[in-house]
Amino acid sequence: MSVPRNWRLQQQRYCLVGEICEKCGAKIFPPRDVCPECEAPAQTPFAFSGRGEVYSYSTVYHPPRGFEEFAPYTVALVRLEEGPLVTAQLTDVDADQVRIGMPVEMVTRKVQGGGEEGAIVYGYKFRPAIRPTA
Amino acid sequence: MRDVAIIGVGQTKVGEHWDVSLRHLALEAVQAAMTDAGVTRTDALYVGNMLSGELAGQEHLGALVADFAGLRGIEAFKIEAACGSGAAALRMGYVAVAGGLADIVIVVGVEKMTDALGPDTTMALAMAADGDYEAAQGLSFVAINALLMRRYMHEYGYSHQDFAPFAVNAHHNAMNNPHAMFRFPVTAERFARAKMICDPINLLDSSPICDGAAAVVLAPADAARTLSAAPIRIVASAVGTDTLAVHDRRDPLVLEGAALSTRRAYEQAGVGPEDIDLFELHDAFSIMAALSLEAAGFADKGQGLRLALDGEIGIDGRIPVATMGGLKARGHPVGATGVYQVVEVVQQLRGLAGANQVPNARLGMAQNIGGSGATVITHILERMED
Ligand SMILES: [Zn+2]
Repeated sequence: MSVPRNWRLQQQRYCLVGEICEKCGAKIFPPRDVCPECEAPAQTPFAFSGRGEVYSYSTVYHPPRGFEEFAPYTVALVRLEEGPLVTAQLTDVDADQVRIGMPVEMVTRKVQGGGEEGAIVYGYKFRPAIRPTA
Repeated sequence: MRDVAIIGVGQTKVGEHWDVSLRHLALEAVQAAMTDAGVTRTDALYVGNMLSGELAGQEHLGALVADFAGLRGIEAFKIEAACGSGAAALRMGYVAVAGGLADIVIVVGVEKMTDALGPDTTMALAMAADGDYEAAQGLSFVAINALLMRRYMHEYGYSHQDFAPFAVNAHHNAMNNPHAMFRFPVTAERFARAKMICDPINLLDSSPICDGAAAVVLAPADAARTLSAAPIRIVASAVGTDTLAVHDRRDPLVLEGAALSTRRAYEQAGVGPEDIDLFELHDAFSIMAALSLEAAGFADKGQGLRLALDGEIGIDGRIPVATMGGLKARGHPVGATGVYQVVEVVQQLRGLAGANQVPNARLGMAQNIGGSGATVITHILERMED
């Protein structure tokens, strides 16, 4: 992934920064500047807690080019506690331990790269929840 | 707006064509369709293709195919909508003829996937998904469908084995299609033992990587009778869209783009699901077949799979699907698939589907899906009575 493209996404990749709609209160991730619920402009940043639960999951044995070093790896749709779904890898867990509904939390990990594939990309993955909830 | 008819069809065998280039695959289908239509010249050529840039190092397919097909000089360009590219090209051909901007138009879908190595093809196919928020997380296109399938099983209480009828039906029908890639039967037992590729998706839930090209020739319907012995009228051509990313959907298990597309198509044709004699659906993965049946109104939410389990998707069932093998067994050369589907509906409506003929088929529907449901193009075709 190109350096500028990755740089543009750093607030999302490192901090799960999305948006909140001032009109209806919907919390939006990934950011899209227009509320998907009420179509009002929504550009107020909102940092998600990173806590959620597994909505669905699978294991990738045949990765796309650039992800070979991680295979096999577990991927999931995570339902964030604030509402949105996020697509991400799971980490620090065996594939056969994952269940739908399992509580997870966001961590920062290497997602791609190094070596011939170009710059290392860090970003969010999710692990089984161990941080105490506030 | 003028009525539009299909006056000729052509297709190559789907498979691993190591000895044939992208342009020659397209050429073979174009020539077959023009011969079938009995025309030597067209006003325009639209090429449906997804991956030529990534996998063949070749873009600019409109002028390329026009030139090599002996049509140098005509209007021509490539149309891309991921795995929906084929039907998107047909849609543009339809628009040109219906709008009176062209009389004879040829549409060809072509894809050449087997030249590239596995990880490169996997990466290229993932471009149908959201690049920043799905593919960048390492998700293959298969994985995105696996997430949907797992959730579907969870919400509605199905087992993986319940999906077997889609593969069994598709392979059964492909045995009688000389253009199909997989002309061998699959049993439920064999489905149960198939290799897991991205759980819960196994090899027999998934359509194959392959090469192929298919083409149709369009003409105004009022001229079609003099041009063709068996013209087929396009009574609906409709597009619906949805978010690229599954995570952005209101309910990931509802294909809203498909529901919009089919609703618009039914309205144009003045028909409902009960009037459709066969449905060439987008069974890239068995979960997509189930979700498509639901979005198109053949089953309630969560009941698409029930339709297959009840034996209603066979040639003699309530709604025959994948009548010539579908994406699963005819093969899924991605940008060509939407045109193959329409070619097969034409075969059915002409009464030329051989052992797979749906009795008295009058109205057939083809639905081509780009990505996991973001672009959905539906065509309804009707036999023109004398
Ligand atoms: Zn809002």
